[in-house]
This record gives sequence, C-alpha cells and structure tokens, in this order.
Amino acid sequence: MANKKSKKPTIAVYKFSSCDGCQLGILNLEDELLDLVGVVEIAHFLEARRQVLPGPYDIGLVEGSVSTPEEVQRIKEIRHSCGILIALGTCATAGGVQGLRNFEDLEELINIVYEHPEFIDSLPNSTRVADHVKVDYELWGCPVNKYQVVEALVAILQNRRPNLPQYSLCLECKRLGNPCVTVAYGMPCLGPIVRAGCGALCPSNGRGCYGCFGPMDTAEVDAFIPVLKSHQRYPGEAVRLLRTISGYAPAFVDAAELILAQEEE
Amino acid sequence: MPDMKLTLNNEVVIQKSELDALLAAVRQQGYQTVGPVIKHEVLQYGPIEGISDLPQGYTSVQDAGSYRIKNTGHSRYFDITPGARTWKEYIYPPRKRLFTLSKENRHWERVKIEEEIPKYALVGVRPCELQAIGVLDAVLVRKDFTDPDYFARRSRLFILAVDCLHPGDTCFCASMGSGPEAGEGYDLKLTELDDCFLIRIGSDIGLAVMQELNWEPATAFCQQAAQRGLEHAARSMGRHIRDIESVPDAILDNLEHPHWIEVSARCMSCGNCTFVCPTCFCWDAVDEVSVTIKETSRYRVWDSCFNLAYSAQAGGNTRPSTKSRYRQWLSHKFGNWQKQFNVLGCVGCGRCITWCPAGIDVTEEVKVFQEVSS
Repeated sequence: MANKKSKKPTIAVYKFSSCDGCQLGILNLEDELLDLVGVVEIAHFLEARRQVLPGPYDIGLVEGSVSTPEEVQRIKEIRHSCGILIALGTCATAGGVQGLRNFEDLEELINIVYEHPEFIDSLPNSTRVADHVKVDYELWGCPVNKYQVVEALVAILQNRRPNLPQYSLCLECKRLGNPCVTVAYGMPCLGPIVRAGCGALCPSNGRGCYGCFGPMDTAEVDAFIPVLKSHQRYPGEAVRLLRTISGYAPAFVDAAELILAQEEE
Repeated sequence: MPDMKLTLNNEVVIQKSELDALLAAVRQQGYQTVGPVIKHEVLQYGPIEGISDLPQGYTSVQDAGSYRIKNTGHSRYFDITPGARTWKEYIYPPRKRLFTLSKENRHWERVKIEEEIPKYALVGVRPCELQAIGVLDAVLVRKDFTDPDYFARRSRLFILAVDCLHPGDTCFCASMGSGPEAGEGYDLKLTELDDCFLIRIGSDIGLAVMQELNWEPATAFCQQAAQRGLEHAARSMGRHIRDIESVPDAILDNLEHPHWIEVSARCMSCGNCTFVCPTCFCWDAVDEVSVTIKETSRYRVWDSCFNLAYSAQAGGNTRPSTKSRYRQWLSHKFGNWQKQFNVLGCVGCGRCITWCPAGIDVTEEVKVFQEVSS
C-alpha cells in the first residue's frame, strides 16, 4: 500500500461544492483520529493541516459535487494523483442538496440569486464524482457516518472489502426497535428504498427518512411509489422528499419523474 | 388459602390485583419482569413492575400496512395483541458480540468477556409467541447443533403465557394451530376473565410462585367462561388460511408460477417482514477491526433474506431478484421450514401483514398457490 516499505500510506482530502460537513465528520472522529494518523499520513487535508505533502497519494477522499467547469478539470487531475478514490458524502455520490437546482431553470435561478450573474460559471447540473471519473468506493450520507469513513480506510489498509450495509434503512430501524413511522403513524418515509448506515437517525426521532444515504442497490421504486404516495400529507410531498437530499441519484430521479407523470395523467 | 395442595397443571383463580404479588414473587426468584407496555403509541415490550404498567383499556386497529392503538376504556389488562416487536430480542438479540481478539506480540489472544446472561420473566406471552419460541427452539437447540448464547438465555426464561381472547385484525393463529389457547412451554398461563385471572401451572417454578399467592380453586363457572372465550376467539380471527396441511406442497410445487412475479412487483425487498417475524433467525457475522489492527470483535447481527448481500457468494448471487427473494421467504416459512425443522416457520401472529409498508398479506399470497394447485 505505501509508496515505500518504510512509509505510511498517504491520504488526501479534497473539497468540491459542499458545506464541509463531511470533512468535519473526519475531524470529529476524536478517539479514532489519533490512531488513524498513526497508521496513515494525512498528506493533503486543507481543513485540518496547513502543510501539504507532494503527491501522488494512495487514497483520495473527495467531498462535494462537481458543479463548475473548473471542478471538472480538477477532479480529473485528482483522479490521476490518487491510487484509490473515495467519493465522500452525498454531494459526491449524488450531487447533494445543491442538486435541487438540477430540477429548475439554472439561468433563471442565477439571475434571481446573484447581483452579477455574469461572474457565475456553472455546469447545467450539480453532478456526482462518478459522472466524471472512475470512483472506487462511495460513502453516502449527509453528512457521512464517520465510522464508515474509518471502516473504509481500515479495510483498504487491510486489503479487504469494507463492511458497508447495502440493505434498507428499515432493517436498521427494526434492529433498534423503532416503531415504523409509516405503518404506525402514517408518515411518508423513504426508508424501504434507502441504504442503511445513518443509524436510523430520523425515524429514531419519530420522523420519516428523507434519504441522505441514497437509494439502496435493490431499491424497488415501482413497488415503493404507491406506498409513498398513499402517505403524503400534502400534495407534492412525495416528490419533495425524493428530491431534497439525494434527489439526483438515478433511482430517485426516476421515482420522482414517475410520480409527476402519474399526476399528470 | 384453601385446603388444597397445589400441583402441576392445577387451575386456580386469583384476583386481578394479586398480579402485583405474582410479579413480585417472580422477581423474588431472580427474574427481571418484562411485559407489554404502550410506548410511542405502539405496543412494545419493556420492564414492568406491576399491574399498573400494563396497557389496560388498550386495543389496536390493524390492517395490511397499518397499525394504530386505541384506548377503548375497557377494564382488561392483556387485551391488546402484539406490535412489531417480538420476544425474540430477549433470547436472540439483534446485535450480539461473539468474541474479541487482541494482538499481543504478533500473537492473537481471545479476550475474556465477562457477561452475565439476564434472567427474564416474559409476562403476557401470547399463544402465537409461545409457539414462536418453540419454533426457535427447534431451529437453535438441536441434537446436531445448539446455539450457546440462545440456549443460555432461553434456559433462564420464565414464561407467563396469556390466552388470547380478543385476536387482532391480522391474526390467524387458529389457522396455524398455535392459538388462541396457549400450548405447552409456559411456567404459568393466565386467562383474563371479567373479574379474575384463571391461572394454570406449567412448571415447578410456576408452582413455587403460585404457592406465595392468595389463590382459590378454579370453579367450573370460571373454566367454562374461559372455554367460551377461547371458542369465540377462534371464530374471530382477522385472517385465515384454510387447510394448512396443503400449503407446503401448494407452494413448493409451484416455484415457477407467474404469481411470484406478480407479488414481487408489490414487494420493496425492504425486509421488514423478516425482522418483525418472531421466528426469523438469519444472521450475519460482522467484524469490527480497530484502526491500529490490534483488536478485532465479531458481532452476530440480525440479517434478512431480503438483503441482497445475504445471498451473495463467490461466483454470483443465488437470489438476485426481488422475485427470488420473496419466493425464498414465503416458501421457507410455509414449506421448506417444515422439511428442515419439522415445524412450520409461521405461527399466525400477523406481524408481517401489519408491518409490511406495502401491505402484502401472506394469507392472500398463500391462497393463490392453494388455488392454482387444487
């Protein structure tokens, strides 16, 4: 793994269009962080360390979505300088909450928001890292589960597959003994098609899941849509839920479009 | 106290208020008493001290994909049928550490874990749930294999079963032969009548507990009232499967029937049915390795046949589609389980019907296969 036998593997953390919350997740590791810097060299992590060691790096973690032409160039360069590339958090894996703009008229938005729209140079959509370069691992979440970051890094160091759940949030909820917010309270919840991993934060507090961890690999959108629609509390809630955090994930794009098409009929 | 010596299988009556003394006597034997409580607007299981903790007056309104509790103000303590949670979590916890290894001088050593296995008294175990514990016993305590943690927890249980006089809207224990009267395996069994509890003694510990209480011999009137209540309950099940003996073949003879595609179009593959099922026992082993790679722990966690990773293996996935995963679930519960463990995997509690967000009803799916094979 290391460049030379005596050296520790190097890690680089990059920021794209994002809120920095996932990088903070790494800094918030506290107990594990000291152990981590004992086994890896944090070579490039501007939010944590002023010193930047020269690349190439063994592992690159990319926070944020790719949303400007400049970022398209930068992600390609980063891909070249990192042996293993990890997309960190839902901005990097699905375009993030700023992907809300993907469903609106970008030019109109720019004119409303900015005093000098001519300074804005933006891609038509807030895109995921995998739209531009090959990604080796995706860590979902808004923010990521910091323990999944550790698990991914440790697994790579040990040359094994990281143990990241691929099953529905419902299973995590049921292991915790939470009442199902859909069945018991009639609330809409994306849980049945969302990947577990957050620790069922929202349902544990009596709220429906809004999908930070994105669609699970086996998301059965067609079966889920009637369930979601029948629990809407106001018109349009189903589409809003799907499009809020992981809205640009392909399965959620499809689900929202299907619902809109059904409503038009 | 009457001039009658209590023995096994005696039936006696106690005043309802005497349940406090009963629970105290059970705790005196070293048990933690856990029972039905209303929490977050659903029926759950949790620590109880006495009769005032019980959900008196409550009932539930259940249908496929829907659950609501309702306080009707009736006077009974044990009327509300189960919610999503099962007694399984007390004897087969969702997450359980199996072992921890520590690396000392390049050598891995097993770390000694001091663990006291709790002694639980399960209060208000319904007939379907009692049968479910029996099913788990058949799976996890066998001649060729015994799960040590399950066995340790199971052998420390005290079970106070409750006959089910008011079944719920998704119940079908009468079809499965597991209720509404509690079968074997309890320490004490209780039938709630209007003004007293009829108690049947099922074990020596149950006998020891009853000897501490104020009881009276059961009158024929009480016994007849209980019998009438049970007959009425058997007729008021919310769901039915007729001719259960024909079900295993009806399903196993039709594994390629197009209905599997039809039902899988409604199935989200979320796995809720398996985690609320009181007999589902599948698990995964998860290793948690420290950053420094000096310590590693293995955990057993509940897993589900609806998890794609559950059937992943070298060379591919044996159940890649929702159709194949749903077929595995239904054909195991109602077919192959019997071949494997000599008992069906379903006890008719109805949880998988109520707690399926998509409202898939196993009794309806089973009927389809019975119809195509008749």
